[in-house]
Amino acid sequence: MISMTPRKHIPLSRTLLTPVVSIVLTVIIGAMIFGLLDYNPLSALYEFFVAPISRPDQIGDLFVKACPLIITATGLVFCYRANIWNIGAEGQLIFGAIFSGGVALAFPDWPALILMPSMVLAGMIGGIFWAMIPALLKVRFNTNEILVSLMLTYVAALSIDWLVRGPWRDPMSFGFPLTKMYSDAALIHRIEVPFVGMLGQLHWGVVGALLFACVAAFLLSRTILGFQIKVMGDAPRAGRFAGFNPHVTTIGVMAIAGGAAGLAGMVEVSASMGQLQPNVSFGYGFTAIIVAFLARLNPLGVIFAGLIVALAELGGDNAQIVLGMPKVVTGVFKGILLFMLLAGETFNRYHIQWQRTGNKLNLKEK
Amino acid sequence: MSQPSSLSDTHLRPLFEAVSITKKFGDFIANNDVSFTIHEGEIHALLGENGAGKSTFVKIVYGLLQPNNGKIFWNGNQVFIPGPQQARQLGIGMVFQHFSLFDALTVAENIQLAMPPGETIASLSVRISRLSAEYGIGVDPDARIHNLSVGEQQRVEIIRCLLQDPKLLIMDEPTSVLTPQETGQLFSVLRRFSENGLAILFISHKLDEIRALASHATILRRGENVGSVVIDGQTNRQLAEMMVGAKVKNISRQNAPEKSEVLFEVKKLCRPKDSIFSVALRDVSISANAGEIFGIAGIAGNGQDELMAALIGEWRGHDDGILIFDGMDISGKGPAERRVMGMGFVPEERNGHAAVPSMRLAENVLLTGHSLGNLVRYGLLDLFGMRAKANLIARSFDVRLPEGNPLASSLSGGNLQKFVVGREIVNVPRVLIVSQPTWGVDVGAAAFIREAMLNLAAKGSAVVMISQDLEELFTIAHRVAVLNDGILSSAEPTIDLTAEKVGLLMGGTHVSREERT
Repeated sequence: MISMTPRKHIPLSRTLLTPVVSIVLTVIIGAMIFGLLDYNPLSALYEFFVAPISRPDQIGDLFVKACPLIITATGLVFCYRANIWNIGAEGQLIFGAIFSGGVALAFPDWPALILMPSMVLAGMIGGIFWAMIPALLKVRFNTNEILVSLMLTYVAALSIDWLVRGPWRDPMSFGFPLTKMYSDAALIHRIEVPFVGMLGQLHWGVVGALLFACVAAFLLSRTILGFQIKVMGDAPRAGRFAGFNPHVTTIGVMAIAGGAAGLAGMVEVSASMGQLQPNVSFGYGFTAIIVAFLARLNPLGVIFAGLIVALAELGGDNAQIVLGMPKVVTGVFKGILLFMLLAGETFNRYHIQWQRTGNKLNLKEK
Repeated sequence: MSQPSSLSDTHLRPLFEAVSITKKFGDFIANNDVSFTIHEGEIHALLGENGAGKSTFVKIVYGLLQPNNGKIFWNGNQVFIPGPQQARQLGIGMVFQHFSLFDALTVAENIQLAMPPGETIASLSVRISRLSAEYGIGVDPDARIHNLSVGEQQRVEIIRCLLQDPKLLIMDEPTSVLTPQETGQLFSVLRRFSENGLAILFISHKLDEIRALASHATILRRGENVGSVVIDGQTNRQLAEMMVGAKVKNISRQNAPEKSEVLFEVKKLCRPKDSIFSVALRDVSISANAGEIFGIAGIAGNGQDELMAALIGEWRGHDDGILIFDGMDISGKGPAERRVMGMGFVPEERNGHAAVPSMRLAENVLLTGHSLGNLVRYGLLDLFGMRAKANLIARSFDVRLPEGNPLASSLSGGNLQKFVVGREIVNVPRVLIVSQPTWGVDVGAAAFIREAMLNLAAKGSAVVMISQDLEELFTIAHRVAVLNDGILSSAEPTIDLTAEKVGLLMGGTHVSREERT
C-alpha cells in the first residue's frame, strides 16, 4: 500500500530545484521518444525549448502567448482556493470577447480614452454574466458547478459562432465568418521599448496581466477577502463558524474568475485579432486550469507556470513547422512536461512510503 | 483481599505477552519499548492520556499495525500477527470505538458479513440468541441496526466478536458513548466473560470505571509503559499522576453566585430536523446568569450539534425573540455580529470547525477575531497584530508550541483545545458558549480549561457548557439541564443532582427512533 504524508519542512532550495529536476527528466524521456520515432533528439529538443526563445522578439511573443493564460488562471486561483470548481473559464472568456466586441463594434467612433475602459468593463461583465449562471444555480439549487460551467462553455462557443456568422458578420467579409475590424481606438497597442523598439507582439495587455497577478497575490495573502476565500476552501464549517457566508463566497470567487476570464477574452481579441471570429480562444480557458494548478494556486506562481505552458505550446508549434513532427507527438511531449512538473511538485510536498501490510482485510476493519 | 506485590504472583499462565514493542511513525515514537502481559480471564485496563500510544498499541496487538521492534507471544509461543484476520484466528477480538455496522441491515445480516461464508442467517440467528441468553446481552438478531440505541449497537459488535470464540477481547474506549446505566450493564456482561476465562483488554481514561471493572492496569505515558499495577493498591490520584506524569491539580466546585441578572436567554427554541441524521430541537429554553456555568448534559447525538449551531448563529430560525443576550434580541444575528456584541463560542470539533488545521495559529486567531475590529483595517490584515495575539493566547493559556507560528494541525489535541478556548477567553466575552470543552484532551489540559472557565464566570460572565462528561459537569457547573432527543430538561442546581438522576434523564426517557419519526 502506498501512503502519502505531507512533509513538515520543505527547504526553499528543494522547492526551487524540483522543477529543474522535472524538466531534466522530461528532456531525457522526450529525447528517448523522439529517438524512437527517428527524429534527432537534440534538434527536436532545440526546437522545443531553445528556438522559441532564442531572440528578444520571441521572448516578447512568449509573454503574449502566456498573457491570456496568466489572466484567466489568476482568476481561477480564487475559485479553486475556495474549493469552487469552475471548469468553464473558456466560456467566460468567450463571453468577455463577445461583450467587449459588442461595445467596440457599436461605438467605433469613441475615442480610446473612453472606448478602452468601456471595453475592459464590458469584457469583465460578459465573463461575470456567464459565470453567474453556474454560481447562482449552485447557491439556489445546489447544482454542480463543474457540470454547469463546463456545459455552458459549449453554449458560449456556439453563441459567438452564431454571432459572427449571423447578425454581427461584416457584409464586406466575402462570406467569411468575421465581424468588422475594430476601430484603432479599440485595439491594444504594442509596447515600444525605449532604444529597442517593438519586442515581437509584446503589448500593453501583458503588463496588465502581470499587474493583475501581483494584485491577486496581495488580495489573497493580505486581505480579509483572501482569508475568507481560503477558509471557505480549507474548512467550510470553520468559515461558517467565523461568520462568513458560503453563498457570498461562491458568488464572489465565481465573479472574480469570470471577470478575469472575460478580461482575457477582451485582451486577446483587442491585442491579437482586431475583430471577432468563431475561434477567439484556443482552449486558453482549459489550459489555464493546468496553469493554476502548476502554480500551486499561487498568483505569482501563475506567471511562471503561464510562461512554461506557453513555451511548451510555442515549442510544439515550432517542432511541427520545422521538423514536420505530427501534432500528436508534440502533444505527448507537452503532456510529459506537465506530468513531470506536477509529479515533481507532489514528491516535493509529500513523503511517499510503500508499506508492507498484512493483508487486504485491513480495509474492512477501518 | 491480599495484594500481590507484582503480576508474576498470579498463578494463571500468561495468555498474551508483548515484549519491548516499539512503533515509530516517521520521527515520532508512538510506542517505545512497551512490554505487557495479560492472563486468562483477567480484565486489564490500558490507561493513558490522549496521544499516549494506547490505540497504537492495541492496533499492533490486533495486527492492524506492525511494530518496528519487539516480540509477541501467544500462549507462550512467539507469533507474528500480520493482520486482523490472523489475530482473529489466534483468538483475539476487538470492539472499536466507532462501530462498523450497516444501518439498513439486521443484526444477523451484519454479523454474517463478518463471518466466514457458508453460514445461513437462520443458524446464525440461533447462535446469536443462544449467546445473548448465555451472557444476558439482549440482542435481537432480526432487529435493524438503525432502530438500536448506541449501547445496543455496541452489544452487536461484542456478539460479533464472541462468535469468533476469542480468548482475548480488546475494547477501545467502550463507555465513551454509553449512559451510566448502559455502562453498568456492559460491565456486568464483561465480568461474566471474565469468569468464563476470557481475557479483556479495556482501554479507558476514566479512573472510576477502571476501578469498578479491572483488576490490573498498565499505564502508558508518551508511548512508554510507566507501570503495570494492581488497581486495588493504587489511589485514583496515584493513577492519574502516573498517566500525566505530574501532580494533578484539583479544581473544586464553586458556590453558585448569589441571585444575579440573566445574561443569556433562549426562549422555546425549535428547530426542525434538516436530514434524517439530525435531531429536531423542541422548545429548548436556557437562562444563564452572570457568574454562572450553565451545564447541558446528554449523550452525543441528542441535539447537541443542532443546539450549538443555533447558539453560535450558524443556523438561524425565522422567529424573533428566541435568543436574548443581555436584553438584546440576537435571534437574527450571525456569528460575527454576536461576537462583536460580546459573545464567544467554542464548538466541539477542533479540526475544521473551531480551527482550520491547514492554517497557521495567527490565521486561526483571525477566524473569530476578524469582526472584533483591531486585526483588520480597511480589509487589510494586521499580520503583526495577529501573531501578537496568537502569542498572547499561547502564553496565557499554556499552549505549548513548536517554534514560530505553527500550523494548527501541528498542535496536539490538548494544546489546540487550550488555544481555541483561550482565543475566546482572552477577549473576556460576557457570554461564552462551549461544547465538549475537554473532549479528547489530557487530564492536565482539561483541568486548565475548566479552571479558565470558572475564572471567566467569576469575573461576571455567563458560561453555557454542553458536555457529555458528567464528572466535568458536576465539578464546575452551577446548574445542569439534560438534553435528550432534542428536549432540554429544566435546570437544577448541581448540588441537588446525583449521577443516577442525570443518567436517568439522559437515557431513561429514551424514545426509540422509530417512534420518533
